[in-house]
Amino acid sequence: MENTIHLFIVIPLVGFITSLLIPYKGEALISKVAFTAVGLNLMVCMAFIPIWAIQRFPALNIKDLSIYQTANYDFFIDFYFDEVSAIYLLVGAILTFLVTIYSRYYLHRESGYKRFFSTILFFYLGFNITILSGNFETLFIGWEILGISSFLLIAFYRNRHLPVKNAVKVFTIYRIGDVGILLAIWMSHHLWHENITFQQLTNYELVQKVLSSHYSLGIFISLMILIAAAAKSAQLPFSAWLPRAMEGPTPSSAIFYGSLSVHIGAFLLMRTFPFWEHQFLIRVLIGGLGLSTTVITSLIARVQPTIKSQIAYASAAQIGIIFFEIAIGLEKLALFHFAGNAFFRTYQLLISPSVVTYLIREQFYNFVPDTRKIKNNTYQKLRNTIYLLSLKEWHLDSVIFRFFFKPLKKTRKVLGFLNLKNLLYFFVPLYLGGFYFSYINQPASPEIRYYLAVGIAFLALLMVVKAFNERTSSRLAWLLIALAHFFIDLSITFNDQFNAEETFVYLSGVFFSGILGYGCLHKIKAFEHHGIGLNQFHGLVHRYRLIAFLFLLSSLGLAGFPITSTFFGEDIILTHIHEDQMVLAFIVALTFIITGISVIRIYARIFLGPHIQFFQEKPELTA
Amino acid sequence: MESNTISFDEQESIQRLRNYLPAQAVLKDFVHHNTLHAFQKLPFFEALKKASTIFGYRVTLSLEEFRTLFQKGQISEAILDQKILDKKGRAKFRYWKNSLLERDYNNVVSSRIGQLRENWKAFYKINLNKIVHPFLFRIISSYLDQGIAIRKFPLTGLEDGFLEALIELEKNAYSSLFKTRRAKTLLLDSDTTISSLLKILIGDESLFEQYLFDQQFAHPGWSGMVNNIEHNPNSLLDPKIVSLKDFILFELLLEIDALDQKLGENWEPLGYKIEEKPDELFSTIVSTELSEVLELWQDAFEWTYYDEVLAGVRAQTIQEKPKEKSFQALFCIDDREYSFRRNIERTDPNSETFATPGFFGVEFYFQPENSKFYTKACPAPVNPNYLVKEVARKSVHQKDFHYSKHAHFPIRGWLITQTMGFWSAFKLFINIFKPSISPATAYSFQHMDKHSKLSLERDSAQPTEGGLQQGFSIEEMAERVENTLKSIGLVDNFAPIIYIVGHGASSVNNTHYAGYDCGACCGRPGAVNARAFSYMANHPRVRALLQINGFTIPTTTQFLGGMHDTTRDEIEFYDEDLLSPANASLHTKNRAIFLDALEINAKERARRFDTINIKKSLKKIHEKVKKRSVSLFEPRPELNHATNALCIVGRGALTKKLFLDRRPFMNSYDYRIDPEGNYLLSILNAAAPVCGGINLEYYFSRVDNAKLGAGTKLSHNVIGLFAVANGVDGDLRPGLPSQMVEVHDPIRLLFVVEHYPEVVLKTIQRNKATYEWFINNWVHLAVINPDTREVSVFKGGSFHPYSPLKSELPQISEIFPFIENNQGNIPVIQTS
Repeated sequence: MENTIHLFIVIPLVGFITSLLIPYKGEALISKVAFTAVGLNLMVCMAFIPIWAIQRFPALNIKDLSIYQTANYDFFIDFYFDEVSAIYLLVGAILTFLVTIYSRYYLHRESGYKRFFSTILFFYLGFNITILSGNFETLFIGWEILGISSFLLIAFYRNRHLPVKNAVKVFTIYRIGDVGILLAIWMSHHLWHENITFQQLTNYELVQKVLSSHYSLGIFISLMILIAAAAKSAQLPFSAWLPRAMEGPTPSSAIFYGSLSVHIGAFLLMRTFPFWEHQFLIRVLIGGLGLSTTVITSLIARVQPTIKSQIAYASAAQIGIIFFEIAIGLEKLALFHFAGNAFFRTYQLLISPSVVTYLIREQFYNFVPDTRKIKNNTYQKLRNTIYLLSLKEWHLDSVIFRFFFKPLKKTRKVLGFLNLKNLLYFFVPLYLGGFYFSYINQPASPEIRYYLAVGIAFLALLMVVKAFNERTSSRLAWLLIALAHFFIDLSITFNDQFNAEETFVYLSGVFFSGILGYGCLHKIKAFEHHGIGLNQFHGLVHRYRLIAFLFLLSSLGLAGFPITSTFFGEDIILTHIHEDQMVLAFIVALTFIITGISVIRIYARIFLGPHIQFFQEKPELTA
Repeated sequence: MESNTISFDEQESIQRLRNYLPAQAVLKDFVHHNTLHAFQKLPFFEALKKASTIFGYRVTLSLEEFRTLFQKGQISEAILDQKILDKKGRAKFRYWKNSLLERDYNNVVSSRIGQLRENWKAFYKINLNKIVHPFLFRIISSYLDQGIAIRKFPLTGLEDGFLEALIELEKNAYSSLFKTRRAKTLLLDSDTTISSLLKILIGDESLFEQYLFDQQFAHPGWSGMVNNIEHNPNSLLDPKIVSLKDFILFELLLEIDALDQKLGENWEPLGYKIEEKPDELFSTIVSTELSEVLELWQDAFEWTYYDEVLAGVRAQTIQEKPKEKSFQALFCIDDREYSFRRNIERTDPNSETFATPGFFGVEFYFQPENSKFYTKACPAPVNPNYLVKEVARKSVHQKDFHYSKHAHFPIRGWLITQTMGFWSAFKLFINIFKPSISPATAYSFQHMDKHSKLSLERDSAQPTEGGLQQGFSIEEMAERVENTLKSIGLVDNFAPIIYIVGHGASSVNNTHYAGYDCGACCGRPGAVNARAFSYMANHPRVRALLQINGFTIPTTTQFLGGMHDTTRDEIEFYDEDLLSPANASLHTKNRAIFLDALEINAKERARRFDTINIKKSLKKIHEKVKKRSVSLFEPRPELNHATNALCIVGRGALTKKLFLDRRPFMNSYDYRIDPEGNYLLSILNAAAPVCGGINLEYYFSRVDNAKLGAGTKLSHNVIGLFAVANGVDGDLRPGLPSQMVEVHDPIRLLFVVEHYPEVVLKTIQRNKATYEWFINNWVHLAVINPDTREVSVFKGGSFHPYSPLKSELPQISEIFPFIENNQGNIPVIQTS
């Protein structure tokens, strides 16, 4: 029975790969493949869950292959199945099935039909991996897939400005969530000295024993989990991304941001509940965050004059309550609430265009004219203030910007000295020198080594910050990002015993994607007469479909997405940072986040957005 | 910094600006109009050049598209050659033909608009749109919102308008609309004007107007909507006072706010920074070779089709032999009704159908029972003096909790999501596998209840309501009946039953639903008018009065109202119980004919929907067609006016044996009873702007769906119940969504009038506004001489003989094989 779980991964995976192989115009075939995949998946799910229920809901753990193993490190794929997974699996299967059928007709003749279904299947794959994962590492694979497929679906109308801009924005917030997971994984390694499975977390005595001696490490991990959950589930202070994600075709908005994707944060909390259950502080924090989100987003929802943003905020408010329910230990209720909210918001979004017909008719028969008078007492003033603040979304949209991106952007001038020449003449020798010292002739003092590690990692951070801020040369930005990985490697080599094999695992992916990506950029630069600077969108995807796809792959590789060994490498890197080296861990994690954001930014700027010559797509059918 | 003599006249500049903004009304009153109405005073191609140069619109298909059409044979080479010869002469023929077919052109469309404002980025590294637009849009949409938000905009300031409401809000809140102080002070200062703000921002007065154009055309959707609501506040059920001036003023303040926040209060106005002034918007337009090439292509594309049509019309032999008619039926001028009429006449060759604007000449406001408002039941420009009320309605409106506001409150939402949420999953399931009519559907037959009564006859004791007279007097009725029947040439040979059939449409998840209903009834279903006309024409006292005027309708003849649902291809009749027993049994027979014709019509339409297998049985196809209208997931419930290309004004015999697909608007007309062209004038006065407007809106939405159309509807978000936008922060999207226009061939409308050219010429010259359509070639006009059957074409103010190049039309007896094997346009066919 346990092996059935694999089917939930295999079916969407096969569907996804098949959909990639179908030609662009094979609308009927694409829709058939998608239909078969999600239909089959639903059937297996419908058959599996009753059998599992008859066996009294056993919690299943399936340890799969170890992907990378050393003496004290084992990266293995693990699946876990309990009530929480069951509900998420079922709701996911039903909604994906219904929305897929819905979209088969809805997207008829839309250019990007294939892309849409491929992305939906990809998303669904990520969703299932996440909810069935048995350890953080497996979860992180699914988590990354969700992030990138969200990006692709929000930017579905890729030749328009706003969808692309907002896709990058949402990806950025997701990336902040990712670092939460990364750091949680990092600290977990040190806490447990192994890759802990979620099943082990349900072992009360084991958890208590470890936590009682490492109280602050436990709090740190829980906090990181909370950051990840809050970002993914549009809780404070991240809530403002949710309405902005509603740029794709309505069904995709419905299934992602109305239901499945946005409830993943709640899933993460339920999954890790046994870990933080006894950390009172964390429970208060989660409950409090949930409730404040409910209050704020409800206030915002009340003033929304557009239907999709209203539903988005109302949904975020309910997820706030779900957070609260989880915090006070009402897991069953939270699950029930999740299912109800997911179904409800999906349907609300799907029928949202009809709101005009319906409400206008209602108004036609029941209208009561506005008779409010202008009052200027304190109460009224307070109400107006709340109204105005809600209209400004309580500045949520700018909070993240102000505290995260503005400082980044400010460094632009400081980093002006980094250009292609300096990169070659200064950093490459520097790296070689470092390489010599780190691998061949290490300084003895651990203290010096640590400072060197921090210093070098900081250089890496500066490089990706520069890449993030780069406005003119896309190739420079790309090289900086690639080189930053080498510096991170160097830094860790100073810090700890980091052998050549591990370096190889980490850097081979970087090397390969770096070269491929550079090749793509080089080729495009040669074809295009004007430059491909990063201060504007170029929208070149329509001209270079294949190069765009290859570049996307290499971007993902460079960002440590689970398609190259760099993904494991990043994980290994973190295990070599000790639990008391918070600064180093922070710098490295920050470098990883900004790397992800920067490569996606490069991809978006060059390949997405409006193209100067490209006004509208020719209808693909003449009729 | 030199002083400039060009001064800025705020009033005048804003007036000019208004003219160019999109004029689309709110969603519920969707009325088609010429998208480039501002340029209508110019000849068509000149207008295109100007619009394209200034605003960067695409105004024709692209060169590539034309060349593809040519390769596919959809643009005839003979016509193309003729057009080149006509316009460029024999000497340059080779050059131009080569240009059309081979030469490469740089097809980057640049625009003058936006050049000035672009300088903010260059000189101050600031993207004002990015900072200002989202908040500006949120404020204005909250202010105008019709009922999406739960909390209304505080202090709507009904009497004083938008700016006053903002000032009140600014004064009565502990937080500000702005981020910096200066903007706030300026808002509260009563001396602040658009000019004074422009002085701060731009400085150089000669650039003010251009700046306003740049600024407002960065979001033409919103500016157009504000301008439109300013002039028709009552188009909103919950009226709002707003003005374009206030809106601009607020935007200028937000811009100052954004600049102050970035640069402090001491920055130099933009006008003093720029060294080289951008091109003036309205300076002379230089025509490019590419635009001339496209013009030739467009001409050839249009005339390839017109030529077939004119050949077909000319070839008809008209023998009038009065024949007993089994029944007669009046339909709307609408192109969607043409194919239905054709199918009726084919199903029952003894029947006769007519077409006239679908309000049937009776104009009034209609008030459904229990409603709080009136709806206009006549073309939008007409302002009726009459009110007709519905009484004794039987059906009730159903509710759908998914639209309930409660779900947006935290606690109630908590209850609702956990209970009703599961019901939603079930409903979604049902809606996907077995769609049916629901409260979310815009259902044409719901507009007026079949079993209700209408208060049509004036009771002199009854007072007027809101300045409107309730019902019509006998004289008023008689006048309308006579006018309508005479204008279509129905003056004798009356059949026992004359059907008056209005039309409406049904759809769900369709924000543009009003555009699918009857345009002559102001975007509402036409059932009320059909019923009203029948009532009037059946009235014994009306008949008596008509007889006195010499217009005799036999007493055995009865009129019967009905409505055709163009999406579902269903028909409903009203007041059937009033039929005489003899007529009732005839009606049963006729009804069957209507139903047969509807099924054939459904099949004919279905060939364009490539998700329906049209080789299936008629019944099955019809079922599928009906299902589309209630399917949430169907973005194309029907294709509306797509492919429209003609407007034929003449007797039925003119086209009786032609198959014109679904492309013509038609107005029945008999030149013999109108030698002076009086009826013709009123027909053209209505048809030119209405049909021309529809045609041009489809044209421009098709050629530039990104700027002049609404883009794909799949990502639309409903704003305040009055408009749609992309996503949450985007500008409003006027125009038609791509799903409505994708099968449309962008060609202008060709009017074909059956009369003597000299009469037609005199007639069109009588109304300046109508004449403008023809003389500037926004529509084409051809006249067929009833005696000689010669065709002449209106060009440069006079008629010129035209002999079609096409001599033979394909002849067929059975149309089905053609329908089944052609998804695209079907050429003109002679049927037997």
